[in-house]
Amino acid sequence: MNLDELVMSSSIVICTGSGGVGKTTTAAVLAMEAARRGRRAVVVTIDPAKRLADALGLSDIGNEPKPVEGPWDGTLSAVMLDTKRTFDDLVSTYSSDPDQAARILDNRFYRNISGALSGTQEYMAMEKLYSLHESHDFDVVVVDTPPTRHALDFLDAPRRLTHFLDHRLYRTLMAPTRGVMKAVNVAAHAFVHTVSKVIGAEVFDDALAFFQAFQGMEEGFRQRAGKVLELLSDPATSFVLVAAPRRDTVEEAQFFADRLAEAGLPVQALIVNRMHPHFTDEPPEGLRARARGFAGTDLGDLLTNLGDFALVSAREEAHLAGLAESIEPAPVVRVPFLPTDVHDLESLERLGTHLFTHA
Amino acid sequence: MDPGQFFATSRLVIVAGKGGVGKTTVSAALARSAARTGLTTLIIEVEGKSGLASMFGQPPLGYDEVVLSPGGDPSGAADVLARTLTPDDALIEYLEDHGLRRISKRLVSSGAVDVVATAAPGIKDILLLGKVKQLERAGNVDLVVLDAPAAGHAITFLQSARGLLDAVRVGPINTQARDVLELLTDPARCQVMLVTLPEETPVNELVDTAYQLEDRVGVSLGPVVVNGLYPHLPGIGADPTTAAEEAGAQLLRGEARALAEAAEFRQRRSDLQDHQLERLNELLPLPQIHLPFLFDADLGPAELDVLSDALLDGVAGVDPTALGVGAPKIEDAAS
Repeated sequence: MNLDELVMSSSIVICTGSGGVGKTTTAAVLAMEAARRGRRAVVVTIDPAKRLADALGLSDIGNEPKPVEGPWDGTLSAVMLDTKRTFDDLVSTYSSDPDQAARILDNRFYRNISGALSGTQEYMAMEKLYSLHESHDFDVVVVDTPPTRHALDFLDAPRRLTHFLDHRLYRTLMAPTRGVMKAVNVAAHAFVHTVSKVIGAEVFDDALAFFQAFQGMEEGFRQRAGKVLELLSDPATSFVLVAAPRRDTVEEAQFFADRLAEAGLPVQALIVNRMHPHFTDEPPEGLRARARGFAGTDLGDLLTNLGDFALVSAREEAHLAGLAESIEPAPVVRVPFLPTDVHDLESLERLGTHLFTHA
Repeated sequence: MDPGQFFATSRLVIVAGKGGVGKTTVSAALARSAARTGLTTLIIEVEGKSGLASMFGQPPLGYDEVVLSPGGDPSGAADVLARTLTPDDALIEYLEDHGLRRISKRLVSSGAVDVVATAAPGIKDILLLGKVKQLERAGNVDLVVLDAPAAGHAITFLQSARGLLDAVRVGPINTQARDVLELLTDPARCQVMLVTLPEETPVNELVDTAYQLEDRVGVSLGPVVVNGLYPHLPGIGADPTTAAEEAGAQLLRGEARALAEAAEFRQRRSDLQDHQLERLNELLPLPQIHLPFLFDADLGPAELDVLSDALLDGVAGVDPTALGVGAPKIEDAAS
């Protein structure tokens, strides 16, 4: 399946890869192509660079889809993920009454969790994807993953959140209010005492109040997390791996590919950005040797330069070889170094000419 | 600026920048440069899996200190040491140091650290920085180079001390946060070197990061390192056919075109890079140190020495008075 088919047939496209490889831009281009082909597309970005946000007209929007005007038959909308707002919405959905929601949303411990619990951003990206998909307002949802070293944590994120809520410390904290203080063993009590000594009593009281307010909502959260995971393994969900041809980023991309494969979620395409152009088939060593023979002349510099790029190009292909093989039969799409950064929709479209087969 | 004087500015140098700009490479080159001037240097890595050790031709790092590059080559050079710090290890050590050995392992293995860390975000960062402070204070090495987490996170990471001072008003964490803040805001003990690529988005992000670090954390900023510059080749402006005639050489079939295309590509990218260097200079009044793009091979010990040469050249060109521009007003920052 090439990228043309991918943007037409998928209902969800997840772009993953390490930071600084052009993942967000790639997600935007994929969504734009779907819109060009008449689909209703939405792209969910996470902390885009300002230039890209401007290019998409994203600067004044947030957590809800906003239409992006452009010359396409379908529609394109964009969302800039707001982790905390998404979490707030989830709390409101699953709370039994507005009072419970308010108690949670006002709690200082909750405000910390919603921004800082490891994996929260990853989980909320998936939550956003799920709710956009379920809204049936869009044919395809393209989502960027957070630029963390653990970009695939979103696979575990739903589980991790419920694990956090199930944690023994949480139950220990809850115990006194259930009137079973006696049952809490001495060790656990000492444990709680120590934790409170380390982090301070104020913080501890906030945490206690949060867990009390949260009571009764765990089941809703757990079910939702299960549905998100189901959606990720749906055949209409495609994973696109984005990389740059450097050794370290290729290694990380390989790690992502392996993890996805383990989870039974094969990579559907590999997009490699920032490839140096291939100018010649001459072996770099030969060019280098001739350059040395003409050192000090213009020809020497010209040969050195051609040799430089021949070397880089060969090395980049060598880095990619193993990764390309491991994701076969998924296609590898090479995108050359672009002369400028993405400033506007036109430059996004120019980028598209390297990804798709249209004229 | 004399390299010896430069590396004596502060015992801790924090290397920060956005993902993919070569932060780890710069940390390695910096450490090697300092070691070559005779300073025993320790690189601290906090994210794991960074490829740092392979640049020195060594197996991956662990929590224990290892020698990445032994001193004596060239003669007078000191050791480059390295270790990885993780919040879990730092927490265990912290609890043990505070007479809580009994529960430390359980606290970590039960996952309670996550719960605690959530209760007071920044606690993991402060534990790491607390450990860094301890190593800086211990004085076993002349220079400590901290390869910081990727920017964005770097700001949160360095800001954790200030945030925690507000959240936790008393107790050991408060003391720890106070000590760390003292270290970060003392230009005689700590400076931050920011790394970027000569490209538009990385330059923009670097400028943002620089001002945020000054305003919100109050750290002193050292020179900016710009990584990946194409070395200039003066002859590539020439027409290949003419150049070949002048040199009395025969070109292969189609070669004139390949030479011209490659020359044009390099010229265009070099111009863009120069333009970004100028922009950076206008936006951020800090000295710049330029490191070359390495066409030849992936980073190994030999390439690291090439970068280290360039870095030492860059340091020699730094005007010490220009560094004052970026120095923070500590009283303001602390208020």
